Amino acid sequence: MDIRKIKKLIDLLADTDVVEFEIQEGEEALRICRGTVHGATAAPMVVQAPVAAAPAPAAAAAAAPVAAQPVAPSAHAVCSPMVGTFYRSPSPGAAVFVEPGSKVNAGDVICIIEAMKMMNHIEADKAGTIGEILVEDGQPVEFDQPLVTIV
Amino acid sequence: MLDKVVIANRGEIALRILRACRELGIKTVAVHSKVDSELMHVRLADESVCIGPNPSPQSYLNVPRIISAAEVTDATGIHPGYGFLAENADFAEQVEKSGFVFIGPTPSVIRMMGDKVCAKDAMKKAGVPTVPGSDGALDDDNDRTLRIAREIGYPVIIKAAAGGGGRGMRVVHTEAALLNGVHVTQTEAKAAFGDGTVYLEKFLENPRHVEFQVLADGQGNCVHLGDRDCSLQRRHQKVIEEAPAPGIPEEARQAVAESCVRACIEIGYRGAGTFEFLYENGGFYFIEMNTRVQVEHPVTEMITGVDIVREQLLIAGGEKLSIKQEDIRFRGHAFECRINAEDPQTFTPSPGKVNHFHAPGGNGVRVDSHLYSGYTVPPNYDSLIGKIITYGDDRDIALTRMRNALDELIVDGIKTNTPLHQNLVRDDAFRRGGVSIHYLENKLRT
Repeated sequence: MDIRKIKKLIDLLADTDVVEFEIQEGEEALRICRGTVHGATAAPMVVQAPVAAAPAPAAAAAAAPVAAQPVAPSAHAVCSPMVGTFYRSPSPGAAVFVEPGSKVNAGDVICIIEAMKMMNHIEADKAGTIGEILVEDGQPVEFDQPLVTIV
Repeated sequence: MLDKVVIANRGEIALRILRACRELGIKTVAVHSKVDSELMHVRLADESVCIGPNPSPQSYLNVPRIISAAEVTDATGIHPGYGFLAENADFAEQVEKSGFVFIGPTPSVIRMMGDKVCAKDAMKKAGVPTVPGSDGALDDDNDRTLRIAREIGYPVIIKAAAGGGGRGMRVVHTEAALLNGVHVTQTEAKAAFGDGTVYLEKFLENPRHVEFQVLADGQGNCVHLGDRDCSLQRRHQKVIEEAPAPGIPEEARQAVAESCVRACIEIGYRGAGTFEFLYENGGFYFIEMNTRVQVEHPVTEMITGVDIVREQLLIAGGEKLSIKQEDIRFRGHAFECRINAEDPQTFTPSPGKVNHFHAPGGNGVRVDSHLYSGYTVPPNYDSLIGKIITYGDDRDIALTRMRNALDELIVDGIKTNTPLHQNLVRDDAFRRGGVSIHYLENKLRT
């Protein structure tokens, strides 16, 4: 189970009340606990999260590089010029380059795509306001995948 | 066993590799250009990554993009197929440096075999018969060049060391034309391959193209899987191939096959490889070695029962060769027709939408093709859209099955060279067997 998948599962959990859950994939198992375990009351909810992630081996892995979010026809999307990993900030823990609503000029850096250990700055190709961030931090992207929209 | 493999290729060979991976339980990653997102193997792969726009230099020939794709998918190995980067030693080296397994030989062996002067030298040392020639590169000494050519005897052929596959060659019939021919070939080679080194060889007037398939595990074990005859060629591109080569004396065949195995072990070869020879008047002459799986590998698979791509994957995963030479039986005869999206007479490429594809079938018929009804053949890459392979207990049955299979094949919406194949399988000389590498071009001229 690779670190990206684990991070994704943690992120999925973060928005819920789930305190503890366990997932098994073949011979690998992962158990995540948050704070103290309160017993059975959490159990019914536990089933939800892993089921959603359970197609993980094929789907999440397949989804990771391929899942390009649909872009509204009117929106202008900045697309990835390369294959790599998408990062929203210049380094872990640093502030993100842009948020939805940020004003940008053409040439402003909006994200980083890391490929073969090199950080590539991706620039806005026109001036405007950032609409949506279409890719999650740390997610792999493929060539021409829409990254952010500029309205 | 490799866990996950990036298939760094397209079309029919990508599908072939995908199938072999699936049989072994190896996860597959299909990297593709934008226009190739509808390729059959892309749709079947566990994961797919679009690596670039359509032009090959920005996609299938782009080393960083391919390696990036392997990184983001956490792949273990990369299979280069044939063509593209399959025999690019720098690519193999980059793949290994980046922590992935390159499914093929080591970069140094690829480099050695990619330099045709070096390759010939290595083969000579290993006792493989070679074409009489300059035994090394030509230099500035024109007198030396003239002398070598006189010793070899005209006609001679000037070959680029960095060429191969029919490229970077020029035949010279008279001494008067030699020096000029050498200089022109050097200039062309420099422009095309970045290396102007050339060498001389005796030009064989009416040879056949006979090649030997080997498999080596890089751990000291190597077997040969017999030979193939690929003499039906047009502009150095093979059109029909068969296994085994008809009418070759058994002892000569055996001797050369064994010398290839010895050569492999000596150079530390790993993976699948092919030794190409010209065969004339009972003699074999080594011309080059291909350090990759070849288009025509299926005919060898049909007569030996060995799955070559499967073996490549197993070898790359560190397995010792599971087959011993004494276990290999050569049974029957096989043919392969390369179906191209082109006009059967003018050979102009014919890309476009295949409205209806119907593959032939039946006993002894195998179709390796990525086509499906509704698939659009893009204009950006080579025209090979499929291979029809037939097998039979003897050459006649295999050829008859090919004739019937070609008649059943339907590729509606684009032009293909099927009519040419239908013509060739009925050709008297071809049916008798043993035609030379010039036969097809001569036939097409009339």
